[in-house]
Amino acid sequence: MSGEKQEPGLWKRTTLVARGTTGQFDQGARWFLIVLATVAIAVPILNQAVPASSPLHLSAFGITLLGKYMCYGMLALAVDLIWGYCGILSLGHAAFFSLGGYAMGMYLMRQIGRRGVYGDPILPDFMVFLNYKALPWFWHGFNHFALAAVMVVVASALLAWVFGWFAFRSRVTGVYFSIITQALTYALMLAFFRNDMGFGGNNGFTDFKDILGFDLHSDLTHVVLLVATTIALAASYLACRAIVESRAGRVVLAIRDAESRARFLGYPVETFKLWLFVFSGIIAGIAGALYVPQIGIINPSEFAPINSIEVVIWVAVGGRGTLYGAIVGAILVNYAKTYFTGAFPEIWLYALGALFVLVTLFLPRGIIGLVQSRGREK
Amino acid sequence: MRYLSMGGRWLFGLSLLALSGVGSLHAQAPDDTSFLSTLGELREATYSDKATIVERLGKTGHPSTQAVLTAFLEDRLYFRNADQKVFLTKTAEGDPLNLIDPISLKDAGSSPADALTKIGSNNGLRSTLRATVAHFALASPDPAVRLAAVREMSKALNEPAIATLRERLQVETNAGVKKEMATALALAALDGSDSAARVAAVETLKQSVSQDVRNRLALLLDKNSDGSFAEKDDNVRKAAASAVGTIDSWRSFYSGIQTLFFGLSLGSVLVLIAIGLAITFGVMGVINMAHGELMMLGAYTTYVVQMVMPGHIGISVLVAVPAAFIVAGLTGVLMERTIIRFLYGRPLETLLATFGVSLILQQAVRSIFSANNRSVITPEWMSGSLQVNDALAITYNRLYIVIFALFVFALILLVLKRTRLGLDIRAVSQNRSMAKAMGIRTEWVDAMTFGLGSGIAGVAGVALSQLTNVGPNLGQSYIIDSFMVVVFGGVGNLWGSLIGGMSMGAVNELLEPYVGAVLAKILVLVALILFIQRRPRGLFPQTGRAADDK
Repeated sequence: MSGEKQEPGLWKRTTLVARGTTGQFDQGARWFLIVLATVAIAVPILNQAVPASSPLHLSAFGITLLGKYMCYGMLALAVDLIWGYCGILSLGHAAFFSLGGYAMGMYLMRQIGRRGVYGDPILPDFMVFLNYKALPWFWHGFNHFALAAVMVVVASALLAWVFGWFAFRSRVTGVYFSIITQALTYALMLAFFRNDMGFGGNNGFTDFKDILGFDLHSDLTHVVLLVATTIALAASYLACRAIVESRAGRVVLAIRDAESRARFLGYPVETFKLWLFVFSGIIAGIAGALYVPQIGIINPSEFAPINSIEVVIWVAVGGRGTLYGAIVGAILVNYAKTYFTGAFPEIWLYALGALFVLVTLFLPRGIIGLVQSRGREK
Repeated sequence: MRYLSMGGRWLFGLSLLALSGVGSLHAQAPDDTSFLSTLGELREATYSDKATIVERLGKTGHPSTQAVLTAFLEDRLYFRNADQKVFLTKTAEGDPLNLIDPISLKDAGSSPADALTKIGSNNGLRSTLRATVAHFALASPDPAVRLAAVREMSKALNEPAIATLRERLQVETNAGVKKEMATALALAALDGSDSAARVAAVETLKQSVSQDVRNRLALLLDKNSDGSFAEKDDNVRKAAASAVGTIDSWRSFYSGIQTLFFGLSLGSVLVLIAIGLAITFGVMGVINMAHGELMMLGAYTTYVVQMVMPGHIGISVLVAVPAAFIVAGLTGVLMERTIIRFLYGRPLETLLATFGVSLILQQAVRSIFSANNRSVITPEWMSGSLQVNDALAITYNRLYIVIFALFVFALILLVLKRTRLGLDIRAVSQNRSMAKAMGIRTEWVDAMTFGLGSGIAGVAGVALSQLTNVGPNLGQSYIIDSFMVVVFGGVGNLWGSLIGGMSMGAVNELLEPYVGAVLAKILVLVALILFIQRRPRGLFPQTGRAADDK
């Protein structure tokens, strides 16, 4: 924007990496999938089979934490898909994550039934509290898991589609797009804070009892949820990978590197962008839906713009344009966050701020880029 | 002719009064003596006699008459049992009572309450007193005092008060006071029996916008429980109905203006923020996510300046403006030198890096000043409000902020268009390499531009500190709105920021009464997203070759 063209070297290098591995897994991806599989197998054993007295025992807290990281990993994957491969920087991806979470939360709220504080068989507690007489129309059917699951996908896809259609059609790009996405999630946050929206206002949903009949307070349910999240993460990773390595993926890369040129060559740039954005939104929505039962609460602060921006830094730390790098970044940064906010709560924001600055200045390709260039030097 | 002669008489009267005042300086004793003896008569008199004495006192023209009668009205007139001397007291009740001499109006020591006897009054006497006191106030040279007196009188109108008002209306020169008098007289005339006079009174009242007048006229339209009108006179009722309608529409017009003004003052804050953003974001192509935090620094600077000079709150705000500019500007230059200059041409990375800076600044402020909000004291000359009429009041702090925003805007425009630095900035923003080739030190210009934009953010913080509490989250709450302003107005266009900021502020405030604050904000955001559809580059898009690269 200052008159100089975007530095092409960065993109060229990642493009080479992506092209060189078409059809087969590079080393990093292979390791990544092996680690995921290990987690999926080891966690149930470490929690269920290893006795609580053993130092190897994985506590319920540990499982929840791991599950949270996996969900964040999925969200980071969704952001990397559009940012790393299509150059679309979304500062509002937490909106899709939260929408998915809210859809799942609605199902979980309906499951509480008579066990709520007010004991109303139909209305969730907050509705009784806010003097609702009947269930709002959009709450009907959410007592069925299948509908909730469909709505997780539909809600996030619809938001992504409507928003993307408006934005891409009028060629809102670059920083403009980033700012508008930020405004989107901000507006949604304000909207969900309202009591009249019918989503519990600023308290959101919490105090869930069970999912599909399984008690949400038992370790086993959490283990199963974690395994499900790991599988979902691996599946969405493979799906993203399939997309970026397909012929369509090549077009997406072309759009990232030279949008006008791709357009002049006859590719419907807007359509490619739109569907990639929608797909990314869906992954983020599913991540949110898996997040809520494990964490046990969803409220409007999940929409806060800072959450979306944090996701971007996870991706940047891990290394954008690598997919698994984003996931690694999400897990590392969040591990650091858990550690710092526990041990030195004062320092966390300094550390996060410094991370933003240092990674953009010195690690433009993230940790994965660093590892890869080390590997090539050998 | 008649008016002239009345005016002449009034002037004549005034000069007489002045003469007698001058005279009293030379020969105080006789005047004071007669005043004191008349005052002394109050001790023994009956209530009806007291009323005539009060009227006589009113005509003496003695300088302390008003103070004495006011004290009488407020039950602060006593005489000492021992020597039968009359005194004013500072308070109506208490023991001991602090005495005031009725002639000199100076402190005259104190006395135990049981050594004094109060000179009593009753309702009838008090209304005479009120009318006489108001009469004095009506003759005050200060129009504000006269206005207050008329307002006071119109609350409880009686025969003497009406007579006084009629009399003073003839000689009143101030239009505002005159109107208030006419309104008060018309309110009194409504209670009369002459149909034509009452209709005329309603017509006069039509021009008022006061809530009290409106309610009084609305009473005329009330129905009794049996469905018949409380007001029997058809003409009066018709006139009243139309008058209420007129008053209502004027009132809603003025409240609309007031809302608009609120919107403009909110808009001015946005404009102040957006000007800084327009420079860094528009001219340099740098998204500064820490802009809000630079503003927060400005607000904290105001707070610190006030702490440093607690005795001079009035000046401290004026000192804070350059101080905040320097603090925020230097922070901006530091950011530019250490971080941003390595990221030119990579707007998305700049966005992330400056966001990191914003987190660090926020936490730094939390560490230094604690996470609690700090309140900045509004100086005296900025508090209070300008009462335009009964339906429209404009608070001074908002008025000053609007003026301040326009001033800063004009200043920046001047800097950009009329100074060497401005020329350099524009040259670099249009074509960096060509500017460099022409010998402009682009690096230096970058640092200065960023410093300028950041400094304005600091100045915006000073303005904001007068409206809200100062806290670590101050920046975040305004930054999204101001980005919207820049996007709406067109990147890098100062006029766009001005019009964008003002209109977004106004629309926000105008919507608020109908849909609530939160929904208003959402609607504005949605409208903006739709607006971007039609004009992706804002209201005033950059044109020409430079725009293509962006």
